[in-house]
Amino acid sequence: MSWVLDAQGLGKRYGRRWALKDCDLQIPSGHVVGLVGPNGAGKTTLLHLAVGLLTPTAGTVTVLGRPPAADPAQLARVGFVAQDTPTYARLSIEDHLRFGGQMNPGWDDALARQRIAELDLDLDQTAGSLSGGQRAQLALTLAVAKRPELLVLDEPVASLDPLARREFLQRLMEFVADGGVSVVLSSHLVADLERVCDYLIVLVDSRLQVAGEVDDLLASHRRLVGPRRDPASLPSGQEVIEESHTDRQSTLLVRCDGPVLDPAWTVEELSLEDIVLAYMGNASTARRARQKMEVVS
Amino acid sequence: MIAFSWRQFRTQALIGAAGLVVLGVILLITGPHLVSIYDTALAQCRASGGASSDCNNPVVSTYSKLQVLASALVLIVPVLIGMFWGAPLIARELETGTFRLAWTQSVSRMRWLLVKLGLVGLASAAVGGLLSLMVTWWYSPIDKVTANRFSPASFGLHGFVPAGYALFAFALGATTGLLFRRTLPAMAVTLVGFIVARFVVAGWIRPHFMTPVTKSFGIDPNGAVGFSASPGGSLQFMAGPPNVPNALVVSDSVVNNADQSPSAAFLQKACPGLNQPPPDIRGSQAHAAVTANGQRAFQQCITTISTKYHQVVTYQPGSRFWAFQTYETLLFVALSAALAGFCVWWVRRRLS
Repeated sequence: MSWVLDAQGLGKRYGRRWALKDCDLQIPSGHVVGLVGPNGAGKTTLLHLAVGLLTPTAGTVTVLGRPPAADPAQLARVGFVAQDTPTYARLSIEDHLRFGGQMNPGWDDALARQRIAELDLDLDQTAGSLSGGQRAQLALTLAVAKRPELLVLDEPVASLDPLARREFLQRLMEFVADGGVSVVLSSHLVADLERVCDYLIVLVDSRLQVAGEVDDLLASHRRLVGPRRDPASLPSGQEVIEESHTDRQSTLLVRCDGPVLDPAWTVEELSLEDIVLAYMGNASTARRARQKMEVVS
Repeated sequence: MIAFSWRQFRTQALIGAAGLVVLGVILLITGPHLVSIYDTALAQCRASGGASSDCNNPVVSTYSKLQVLASALVLIVPVLIGMFWGAPLIARELETGTFRLAWTQSVSRMRWLLVKLGLVGLASAAVGGLLSLMVTWWYSPIDKVTANRFSPASFGLHGFVPAGYALFAFALGATTGLLFRRTLPAMAVTLVGFIVARFVVAGWIRPHFMTPVTKSFGIDPNGAVGFSASPGGSLQFMAGPPNVPNALVVSDSVVNNADQSPSAAFLQKACPGLNQPPPDIRGSQAHAAVTANGQRAFQQCITTISTKYHQVVTYQPGSRFWAFQTYETLLFVALSAALAGFCVWWVRRRLS
């Protein structure tokens, strides 16, 4: 199996704080992968490690089978759009396209110019005079026209208005549909990712919470509502992600290997957002518990 | 990569080139006039027996404002290059986040760094060097009459050493920009750092590039001599500047054959009138008599000193000017290379 991204015990520390810790992750190729988590969860750190802007403090990571940014050939295989889609404000779009051509041997100039034409952008306009959405489109154009095998986008739509958001993701999907490129994009909003991703990674508090194909996640997570009961008494194939109890009733969000057979439960299907929020809530509960223990000890 | 670095640098490069051309034209127009003044006015004046300082005047005072401007440009252009070409070079990419764009293209970040440093560094050295050589050519008649090219104000503003200064200022700017990740503080530190480096090299390192020449001069009783008295009352004898044109004087002292300076006791004995309160004088005739007496006594005192003592001067002769230019340029080139090496190390190890 060839992995788009293979991380083993991956970690990055800044001073005393771990931005990412103990990350074991293997992403199969051919997916559009959504990386979701609250702000400051370590999404950017993980993506920067993947494109070689950062080097790991602990563990290893390979991308498309090789260390990230190992040499120009490896750099050419990965396209990256950084957060806030940086471009050279004083240079024109034409300059940016030339930049792409000069910096990338596999540059597809026709594709780049076609995209710019479709966006109705003037080649002589400077990047500084573009709107946020246009700038993001320019950055995406630079990344896709180098014809990468993997496209990595860090919060590409975070600063865009809903319309520009939709248009950006639409353009991205057009490109993905064209050819066998894998995509990893991050967002702190599940809603952005739901439409486009078929693989999801949830990262909270510098730690990987869950990763898997969206269909599998949807199939393996259920909400169980029934008479009050101790979660520890569940069968071994069911793992509780989130629980809430009233005097008489328990509501559990579980990950289960197979169907839930216990007739005491009312079983409900979940949306992707429900699942992600449960993992986020779970992680923050765990963090509060850890903090409490630290205070006590 | 080179083409893109040039695109980023193009505007600044054109400004620099335009400045050089404008100054070059001005110097080309005025330079021949300066040479003709040197050739004619100075020669006529000397032929008619004028004092050398008077004869120098027409040369030294021609285009005095342009002289100041040209010198000021050679002095400040290197540090301006450091502040406006060096400091933003990497800092701006870090500030605006475009380094993430640049470092994820199919070019290694080492190549990115070395091309940027190499291209703009070469341009910096070229601008500093060309500017200085133009001004040196223009200044040559003036330098011939002032005969002072090793002075701190002249050495660093002539020849090719400003190319080294400009390269160093650029490297310093680029390095501080890389460290601070912000343009403005990098500019400030570059300004201060460059001034400190220039002062340290000019004051403490340059005089020791080669072993200085030591030479004895007799004391000319009619030359510039004087005494100084410290508050405690002990006297010291001082001779005027030695007559070694274009030299960099490292030290000079007045000693006897046993290598001792004239003692206060000796001076008191040789010149009994010294360090006494002036006599109470009334009337102009009496005043004239006292003054004449005093002058005679002073002459005698200097003659006494000059028979026993001589002036010993250690200096770097003017003939070493180009050797010193080479050494100092190499020193600044070496400093620049060290800074560039540090940038490479930092980008590889720390910015990841």
